[in-house]
Amino acid sequence: MPADTAPTANATGRAGLTGLAPEPGVPKPDPIVSGSSITRQFGGLKAVDVEHLEIQRGVITALIGPNGAGKTTLFNLLTGFDKPDTGEWSFNGKSLQGVAAYKVARAGMVRTFQLTKVLSRLTVIENMRLGAGGQRGESMWAAPFRALWRSEEQTNTERADDLLARFKLDAKREDFAGSLSGGQRKLLEMARSLMSDPELIMLDEPMAGVNPALKQSLLGHVKSLRDEGRTVLFVEHDMDMVRDISDWVIVMAQGVIVAEGTPDQVMADPRVIDAYLGAHHDTDLSEIDEQALAAEVAEEIETAQTEGEAKE
Amino acid sequence: MDFMLILRDSLSAAVGPAAIVYALAAIGLNVHFGYAGLLNFGQAGFMLVGAYGLAVSAVVYDVPFVLALVIGILASVVLAVILGVPTLRLRADYLAIATIATAEVIRFIVNSPSNADVTRGSQGIAGFAKPFHDLNPYGGGLDIGIVRLSRSDLWSATVGWVLVAICCLIVYLLMRSPWGRVLRSIREDEEAVRSLGKNVFAYKMQALILGGVFGGLAGIFLALRQASTIPSDFGTHVTFYAYTALLIGGAARVLGPVVGAMIFWFLLNGLGTFFGQLTSGADPILPEGLMDQSQASLVRFIVVGLGLMLLLIFRPQGIFGDRKELAIDAR
Ligand SMILES: Nc1ncnc2c1ncn2[C@@H]1O[C@H](COP(=O)(O)OP(=O)(O)OP(=O)(O)O)[C@@H](O)[C@H]1O
Ligand SMILES: [Mg+2]
Repeated sequence: MPADTAPTANATGRAGLTGLAPEPGVPKPDPIVSGSSITRQFGGLKAVDVEHLEIQRGVITALIGPNGAGKTTLFNLLTGFDKPDTGEWSFNGKSLQGVAAYKVARAGMVRTFQLTKVLSRLTVIENMRLGAGGQRGESMWAAPFRALWRSEEQTNTERADDLLARFKLDAKREDFAGSLSGGQRKLLEMARSLMSDPELIMLDEPMAGVNPALKQSLLGHVKSLRDEGRTVLFVEHDMDMVRDISDWVIVMAQGVIVAEGTPDQVMADPRVIDAYLGAHHDTDLSEIDEQALAAEVAEEIETAQTEGEAKE
Repeated sequence: MDFMLILRDSLSAAVGPAAIVYALAAIGLNVHFGYAGLLNFGQAGFMLVGAYGLAVSAVVYDVPFVLALVIGILASVVLAVILGVPTLRLRADYLAIATIATAEVIRFIVNSPSNADVTRGSQGIAGFAKPFHDLNPYGGGLDIGIVRLSRSDLWSATVGWVLVAICCLIVYLLMRSPWGRVLRSIREDEEAVRSLGKNVFAYKMQALILGGVFGGLAGIFLALRQASTIPSDFGTHVTFYAYTALLIGGAARVLGPVVGAMIFWFLLNGLGTFFGQLTSGADPILPEGLMDQSQASLVRFIVVGLGLMLLLIFRPQGIFGDRKELAIDAR
């Protein structure tokens, strides 16, 4: 790894991010994921065209960008759920090119889905138990003999109950996952992905549809993941959340990484504003009430500023 | 109208070898479809290779009986692997197409005169079941009024129900385990299971093999019980009867396919006798213009079909199914 390019030698975690140039694809001192020239084309559309990407270990990185920027596609590529046209990337120094999705997950890189994938006709607790990795009872030969997996199952269940309580799903323990609401499904999926004790957890819009009160406690929970030494990469449209918990922000637009930096750096970056407003360029502006839009933008900036100050 | 006779025919079929064949086949389909969500429409093919694995090796190649049994079982394993490797990565409906086509292709190959030196063509193979029937300890048949089984059927039924019990036990033990949980999860959403680090393909293959072996056992049992095997025993209707049994009993329930098969044969035979009596004799109860005797044997299928439709409307989860579970739409 190019340790010599790091501003401070052996800078791990958040410390490694200080003083880093806020440029797209900037090398990190201690990257857990590192990839180059990753492209994915859908017909005539280049959904992902990432020149270089590094994710610092032990920090919370946000991946933002307008709708259709290619964030979910990039997630799919990195986790083996989709095959890139070109490119290579590694996790913990091991190349993940052509590695099957389940092996990526086993390696410690677990993702959730933007459109939740709960197992409808399994109960919530069963969903959770499934999340645990390396279960002996999941081998066909050991499965018929309960004695071989009983204690393991018990430990997993305790862990699951613990997580369910943290995610406020304990009351739903015995319900079918298919009976959960949209927000509860998001929570279940996040909790389930934690069952395997992943090193890197990739969340695709984890807070979409979660009520504000719970959102606050979840933010705390995500931070505690980092404090436990995990790396978090998440996609989110909610800028408050991005500003609140992320240590580093990567901005994508039209498949390309257009900016990187700390939340403050990114929010002030003209390229980011371009990227977001660029999304409006191809809509018919005459149809948008310009004054209302201007008022809305002004209001948003104001609340963002006051909130930012309040948190400082 | 002899109601005693109708009851006896129905009950004898429900506890006799015919129900056992379909119970075994449906237990296999339950593993495929009920638990793993694999749409196997070629269960008859698994039954065929089981039966012919036994018959061909025992009769044509003079393999000892027990070894021939093992070959029959292995044949269904091999079929599962050959079928699974190219199709299990595809979407569920492709598996359905591939399995039904494969089962038919195998049946045509076995039926073909050009392969008759090995498979005996449409004549079928006989003369391999003697070791099985020689073991028959019974002095005579069973006749307790409401159930009547011949000596050989009684022996077949004894062995068959033990086999069904063993298969059910295996399914029960597997499906309450974490392995079974992975299988049911795959039925719900493959991608989610993959994202949690499970090798979905391997699990689907294991399920296909396990259910295929149960199908193979069904074929072997059928061949032994009738002491012969012919290609027309394994038409597509066999698979659909087995699915019917499974749906009557309730999918993803250990005993669902067994009870379903018993009910299916109870109704089929009872209705057969019932309509037979309505139309038989010099002065039939039903006027000949309404229904003659050859029609009577077919009307039972119409009635059973009607019954199945009513069941799916009013109790779509089957006899054992959980209505609450069915109400959850799988998204
Ligand atoms: N399977 C697919 N086939 C064709 N086009 C696709 C496919 N998946 C994604 N795309 C296209 O790729 C682009 C990027 O999509 P992607 O889902 O990655 O966006 P995103 O950044 O996650 O957006 P959002 O914030 O709305 O979730 C979009 O223009 C989309 O239409
Ligand atoms: Mg997305």
